[in-house]
Amino acid sequence: MTSFMPPADRFWWKVPVGRQEIVWILIALTWCLIMFFMMPYWHIYGKQNLSNEAYQTTPAKFGAKVQEGIDQNKVGEEAGLPIIHPPAGSDVYMLARLWQWWPILELEKNKTYRLHLSSMDWQHGFSVQPININMQVVPGYEMVLTVTPDQAGEYGVVCNEYCGIGHHTMVGKIYVKE
Amino acid sequence: MAQFRTCPDTGLYFHKSAESLIKANAVAAAVALLVAGILALLVVLTRWQAVHLLPADQFYMALTAHGIDALIFWIIFFEMAVLYVASSTLLRCRLATPAWGWVQFLLMLIGAVMTNVAIFQGSSSVMMTSYVPMQAAPHFYLGLILFAVGALIGCFIFFGTLVVAKQEKTYDGSIPLVTFGAVTAAIIAVFTIASGAIILIPTFLWSIGYIAHIDAEMYRVVWWGLGHSSQQINVAAHVAIWYLIAGLVFGARPMSEKVSRTAYLLYILFLQLACAHHILVDPGISSEWKVFNTSYAMYLAVLASLIHGLTVPGSIEVAQRGKGFNNGLFEWLRKAPWENPVFSSMFISLVVFGFLGGITGVVMGTEQINLIIHNTIYVPAHFHATVAVGTTMAFMGVTYFLIPVLFRRQMILPGLAKIQPYLFGGGMTIMVLFMLGAGTLGVSRRHWDMDFTGAALGFDYPGMAYTLMGIGAFGGVIGVLGGGAFLLITVGSLVFGKKLEPSAGLLQSFGLPLAASCYSNQRPETLPRAAPLPVEGHGSSSFEAPGTFVLAMVLLVSFIVYYFINWKYLASVWPLS
Ligand code: HEM
Ligand SMILES: [Cu+2]
Ligand SMILES: [Cu+2]
Repeated sequence: MTSFMPPADRFWWKVPVGRQEIVWILIALTWCLIMFFMMPYWHIYGKQNLSNEAYQTTPAKFGAKVQEGIDQNKVGEEAGLPIIHPPAGSDVYMLARLWQWWPILELEKNKTYRLHLSSMDWQHGFSVQPININMQVVPGYEMVLTVTPDQAGEYGVVCNEYCGIGHHTMVGKIYVKE
Repeated sequence: MAQFRTCPDTGLYFHKSAESLIKANAVAAAVALLVAGILALLVVLTRWQAVHLLPADQFYMALTAHGIDALIFWIIFFEMAVLYVASSTLLRCRLATPAWGWVQFLLMLIGAVMTNVAIFQGSSSVMMTSYVPMQAAPHFYLGLILFAVGALIGCFIFFGTLVVAKQEKTYDGSIPLVTFGAVTAAIIAVFTIASGAIILIPTFLWSIGYIAHIDAEMYRVVWWGLGHSSQQINVAAHVAIWYLIAGLVFGARPMSEKVSRTAYLLYILFLQLACAHHILVDPGISSEWKVFNTSYAMYLAVLASLIHGLTVPGSIEVAQRGKGFNNGLFEWLRKAPWENPVFSSMFISLVVFGFLGGITGVVMGTEQINLIIHNTIYVPAHFHATVAVGTTMAFMGVTYFLIPVLFRRQMILPGLAKIQPYLFGGGMTIMVLFMLGAGTLGVSRRHWDMDFTGAALGFDYPGMAYTLMGIGAFGGVIGVLGGGAFLLITVGSLVFGKKLEPSAGLLQSFGLPLAASCYSNQRPETLPRAAPLPVEGHGSSSFEAPGTFVLAMVLLVSFIVYYFINWKYLASVWPLS
């Protein structure tokens, strides 16, 4: 009856707040603060953080880098896609385009790589499965992800940003060797 | 001269022009919900891999239309009706500029039809977010722009009506809390629509070749200024409706006007800033800004929601205890009218919004955790808890109330109406829970085929992912049945429901006001302030709503546990920086 009537007390803002609400607000505020501190904490002590390194680029420039990487490090082919085995610690380039992740990567376990990602056309989603790492890939931007695969195996790179009719066929591969 | 009628059952006053606009907007909303619901069935049966109903092109078309018809057209048409109710009806005030009200309605109607036409012509399957550089037909964007302009006009009529009410002193004291909530929603809406204009107008110009290039990342940042804050409009609006229904069904009064209104103020101050949690894994956005934006801005808004989460059920508890349901912690809740769809819809909305929608939203909005969730089916699961249960069920609940009061029809199929909220809420909850699980296993959202048919390279999801999607989809089908039951009951009541005195004809139900004889030129009595507070109870040092406090602590503990589980999960993925 009263939530849709004017407050009973004309000076409602002077009515003291009940203890229950005050206690709850303090508890909730504390929890919000803890959640806030978790993020900087993880930046310092956690191992999984988002990259802050990115550059503006163009499809032509980025495509040339990818081609260079393939020319230098190609070790084979699978289903018509080149497989590259870049040196540990190096810059690795992978591009997204309708509807491919290009090339296939072969990485070594527990080695760190600087993985560069960009799109040649529309937006795509870099989703490494089953480990479940997801990044947005945006044309015109080159994201540099410093990554250390610490489990060996075969990983699918699913595109998880809708990119047209062939979206579901856009699957790439990353091999992590012992 | 403004004409009013009184509802003989509730004593609410309806200004004739406002009444027609409320009806027209509510009916348009229902039509949008119907379309969205049919599409939901097609979408969910396609995501059920064992059924895999639609071919890829139709799936993406249906999904685009489902998202837009449900989230934009159903919700915002209904919100227009809510704004008219919260201003004109609750304040017993004539509507400012009724003619502009029809401009609002027509623009939104034309916009909604235009965008739907563009989508079903097949060249605009770009999803609700329409990320550039993927391009839709020009009338896809134009329809959205017209719709937004209409909504903006609706907001200004709302503000105008508040001014008129103040000037003509139609109420005593301050505006009611529900109206205050609507003010919050409308203020955020103005900001939102401004963001929308900044991004959609250039995109429209780009689609007709006037602008050569739109930066894809800039689009994402500004688009989410629109996309995120529009969700805050929904939250503000459905929280207002929670308070409204608590008042209608229980005679509940806010535990503290000051606390509830301050919490709304936090929404205005912070919520619409917090767009960064949609672009956490995007290139070129600094961690400092992301942490600032998701915590400073978002957590203060989260705090506001946590406050409402206590004060809404708390106010119900206090009211129920006042009626003598005083045994133990939960008698007040056990003895609540669980068979009244107005209440059950509202309560399911509250619980699912808090426990499923709220918790998952904050967890995935955490900067680092987002990278194990972004763009998986976890995301749609989260927002079906917030908008498809939270907002939609709050609106459904108030619709049940409005059928007799506004449309003067008795509800048909009361038996079905009793179970409808459980059907819809239950089905959607199943869908949400299982799709959250599937998302954790990496299943992608907006994705036609978990089997990747035709891909050069394959990937096999674990069998469990298929099982979870299957059960989730089954829940979705039940949800669609529940949604269908809602439309059957409400629209059926408008057509077949027994007319109540003063009565309405069929056409009157759909938009037109009731028979002329119901109205008089007499100005409604000034809306009085609520009856004074009982001496004890409010503002006291005892816990007035201990049951609610226990429920709130359960929420908090679930929240904490689930939050840290996700950090643990994050710690198991490859080191990144
Ligand atoms: C009636 C029951 C409903 C079912 C079974 C259902 C089902 C679904 C499913 C399975 C998806 C995700 C598909 C995918 O990403 O691959 C989806 C997307 C979506 N749904 Fe629903 N939904 C229902 C009701 C609603 C309601 C009431 C709303 C809003 C108020 C809503 C808003 C959305 C939105 C915004 C999307 C995202 C579209 C996009 O990704 O662009 N849904 N729905
Ligand atoms: Cu793609
Ligand atoms: Cu894609």
